[in-house]
Amino acid sequence: MENGRPAASEYFQRQVRWHPLEYAVWLAALLPFVLTPSHLSLASQIAITALFALSLDLLVGYAGLVSLGHAAFFGMGAYSAGLIAKHYWGEPLSVLLISGIFAGVLGYAMSHVIVRFRHLALIMLTLGFGLLLHEAANSASALTGGADGLQGFKYTSVLGFKFDMYGRAAYAYSLAVLFICFLVTRRIIHSPFGLALRGIRENALRMPAIGAPSLSHLRKAYTLAAVVAGVAGALLTQTTSTVSLEVLSFGRSADVLVILILGGAGRLYGGLLGAVIYMVARDQFSGINPQYWYFWIGLLLVAVVMFLPNGILGGLSALYKKTQ
Amino acid sequence: MKKLVLAVSLAAASTAFAQAPIKIGLVLSSSGQFADPGAQLDNGIKTYMKMHGDTVAGRKIELIRRDTGGIAPDVAKRLSQELVVRDNVDILAGYVLTPNAMASGDVSAEAKKFMVVMNAATSVIITKSPYMIRTSVVLPQVMETFGTWAATKGGVKQVYTMVTDYGPGHDSERAFQTGFKNAGGSIVGSVRFPVANPDFAAFVQRAKDIGPESIFIFIPGGAQPAALGKAFAERGIDKKKTKVLGSGETTAEAALKAMGDNALDIITGWHYDYKLDNPLNRAFVREFNAMHGRNPDFFSIGGYDGMHAIYETLKKTGGKTDGETMIAAAKGLKWNSPRGPMSIDPETRDVVQTIYIRRVQKVGGELMNVPFDRINEVKDPDGERRKKK
Amino acid sequence: MLSSLAAVLFDGFAYGMLLFLLSVGLSVTLGMMNFVNLAHCSFAMVGGYTTVMLMNKLGWPFFATLPMAFVTAAVIAVVLERVLYRRLYRATDLDQCLLTIGIVFISVAAFAWFFTTEQQSTRIPEYLRATLQFMGVNFAVYRVFLVVVSLAVTGVLIYSLEYTRFGAQVRAAVDNQRMARGLGINVDRAFMITFALGGGLAGLGGALAIEIIGLDPSFALTYLVYVLIVVAVGGLGSIGGSFAAAVVLGISDMAGKYYFPWLGAFLIYLVMVGLLMWRPVGLFGKR
Repeated sequence: MENGRPAASEYFQRQVRWHPLEYAVWLAALLPFVLTPSHLSLASQIAITALFALSLDLLVGYAGLVSLGHAAFFGMGAYSAGLIAKHYWGEPLSVLLISGIFAGVLGYAMSHVIVRFRHLALIMLTLGFGLLLHEAANSASALTGGADGLQGFKYTSVLGFKFDMYGRAAYAYSLAVLFICFLVTRRIIHSPFGLALRGIRENALRMPAIGAPSLSHLRKAYTLAAVVAGVAGALLTQTTSTVSLEVLSFGRSADVLVILILGGAGRLYGGLLGAVIYMVARDQFSGINPQYWYFWIGLLLVAVVMFLPNGILGGLSALYKKTQ
Repeated sequence: MKKLVLAVSLAAASTAFAQAPIKIGLVLSSSGQFADPGAQLDNGIKTYMKMHGDTVAGRKIELIRRDTGGIAPDVAKRLSQELVVRDNVDILAGYVLTPNAMASGDVSAEAKKFMVVMNAATSVIITKSPYMIRTSVVLPQVMETFGTWAATKGGVKQVYTMVTDYGPGHDSERAFQTGFKNAGGSIVGSVRFPVANPDFAAFVQRAKDIGPESIFIFIPGGAQPAALGKAFAERGIDKKKTKVLGSGETTAEAALKAMGDNALDIITGWHYDYKLDNPLNRAFVREFNAMHGRNPDFFSIGGYDGMHAIYETLKKTGGKTDGETMIAAAKGLKWNSPRGPMSIDPETRDVVQTIYIRRVQKVGGELMNVPFDRINEVKDPDGERRKKK
Repeated sequence: MLSSLAAVLFDGFAYGMLLFLLSVGLSVTLGMMNFVNLAHCSFAMVGGYTTVMLMNKLGWPFFATLPMAFVTAAVIAVVLERVLYRRLYRATDLDQCLLTIGIVFISVAAFAWFFTTEQQSTRIPEYLRATLQFMGVNFAVYRVFLVVVSLAVTGVLIYSLEYTRFGAQVRAAVDNQRMARGLGINVDRAFMITFALGGGLAGLGGALAIEIIGLDPSFALTYLVYVLIVVAVGGLGSIGGSFAAAVVLGISDMAGKYYFPWLGAFLIYLVMVGLLMWRPVGLFGKR
């Protein structure tokens, strides 16, 4: 303590400390094994979507870059995992890492172009690149299997645990990867780099004036987001042993953005919460009403926006502040 | 007294067992881009069950419906898994789209569940599980046969192929060209349309510049056939001079309505049309109209015949639903359907049926696909080739 | 070959005009009100289904349904604006996205419920189905009709914004809301009317589009991407920009498919990416 004001390191230490609620959340994530053992495949896909949403949060919530083409990296990771297993070897952990790196390389390359833009141009450019990659994968059907999907590979087990129809190994694996990536992301957010990102998001013009190189920071964030998205994509391929063009689709990019906004961007847990709520709601609604479940999902989205601005977490925190 | 109690309780137990419903997990695309095919397939199923009752071999048929939302193999696989693990279904059925059917084949194989593919038309799907049959159509089955017909009885020696740039398009292109070339024809050129292609004018103009003897097209249903028909009219393609050969999807009911007279003289090869003139089809269409207020299409007949295959198989197994028994009973099944005679190949487990060659003509002021030739008992040539390997 | 080129150029131009009609409303509302209305194509669907219902169920002639398509879509736009949108004018872009996507989902399900997922078509009058022959090139009458309508709409829009009092009020409200209010301009009313106009134009576009690209409940999602591309490339709030962008995109799409068919779908995205990288604010955008 100097002059009664906390030093920077103490600020970070306070941010990094875990809130008791967080412990509860992660412990609750283990409940599906006990409470809903026949829904573990769904839980696994929720965990993967949550990871994907977390990666987008880095871009949208922290760096302030809205992307409508994030599925490009998800798909890159997904196809890498499939192709490596098809032609080389099928050990999940090593392939997961490599797929994440491939996605990261693509992200790094694209970041040089993307981060110069803002507003609508940024959104449309990310959309455009995503669509181009989707088309390229469709054209390269000899490599990717095209619209029918990549065939001829199978992930049988991870660390000795078989991927079976009950989804136990799948969920354990996805949850573990989600947790690890979450820890890493959390650390990054609560570091000087993370703070700089938020600064750039708030006021991009001022940041270079205080010595934070905006563009290079943004590129790093973009690359990181790409790596995590790639890991999520590879995870999907490995737990389902399927990959097809729709991992690169605009629909996936749009879905994950909706999920992030629903949960609340820039709040670390927003993507996770959004993923859980959106996918559980979707599963329930479509089970009850396979033809018109869109209606109820739409109603849910409208209701959330009207009553909980800035996403569910944003709205809840605003309510919490009001009661203080 | 004890014997009476025992006898009564045994009787009660066996009737209780006989009462246990047979659960069928129905995986369809009921929302999104492919909602209409999913709806029509389901309508076909509902019509069949209305016409033939919902009880087979003393047990009630219970359908559990799930929606994949479109092309989503990960979701389809999970839904199939959940149907097996959570809902304990006896049979997996439906599957409108190829990637979804492919992914779910793994589930059928692993869980040893009888699976009926009622729409997805890619050839290799059938290899994914030894407990799978198909009751719809296989693309090479139609397209290669059509190609062979075109070069022989169709009297065409040259063709320019135009297909949509995706899986079914590539398969159709390959199959048609194979059949056509093997029968002595030559391919003068080919082009592929992007999947989301609202306007065909440029491609049709290209075709016109080349001036081929015939054009083969494969495009998905929906809005595209109408747009294509218009492009033909606008760019001035005379169908009497340049034969236009297409798949049945191109001249489906909605497409004919939208194309109007632009559709006249298009020649197509397909396995079903709601105007087929036989008693079974007339009854089917009548019931379908009454129940759903519209006409059935090839999605509907896939669902209808899929249910028929399930019912007949169950009758043969006496209500036993384990995979081994069902597939043994289903192999070689033959029956008369509204589409004509059809059967399940005992080796490949795939559908064998009649392919009709039709021409669009105006009959009584209405545009119709009028069949003028047919090839009976057509098997999937790709499946036959796989047998030889 | 020249006649082929002319045919392709004209078809591309007509296709561009269709994109323009569908997109101009969004450019106006997005640029002028800074409100991200992703439900724009739902208004197009409203217009399309109005036409279908009036023509096929009530037997109205095609031309009579067009003003109704405009009006119905405009009315629904106003209702949505009064009830939902106006509460979110000061919300974040992300929240506006979420709201309007929710509305899209609701509209898709609603139309599927009322009209089923079947493809819809219109029975346009015979003389609109014909083709004209001019200098050895075939011109579809319907496409000529589309071009004429789009040019008329462009003319009316530009005139009303530049030369009428209402237009001046709208422009003032957009440039500086507080000042405009201070000067006694009813900003709320200006926004409401602008929104109605944007929605109505989308409805008209949707009705006219049926003949070319069909109509089913997934229309609102499928064409959103193309509309966003036109708006972004043209520049927000610029009618001339939307026009130019739609023409460029329509023609390059057609010409690309004719001369480089193997590029197929790539071309329209490549053109968009290229144009945006060169001019991020759009062809005629400001700021």
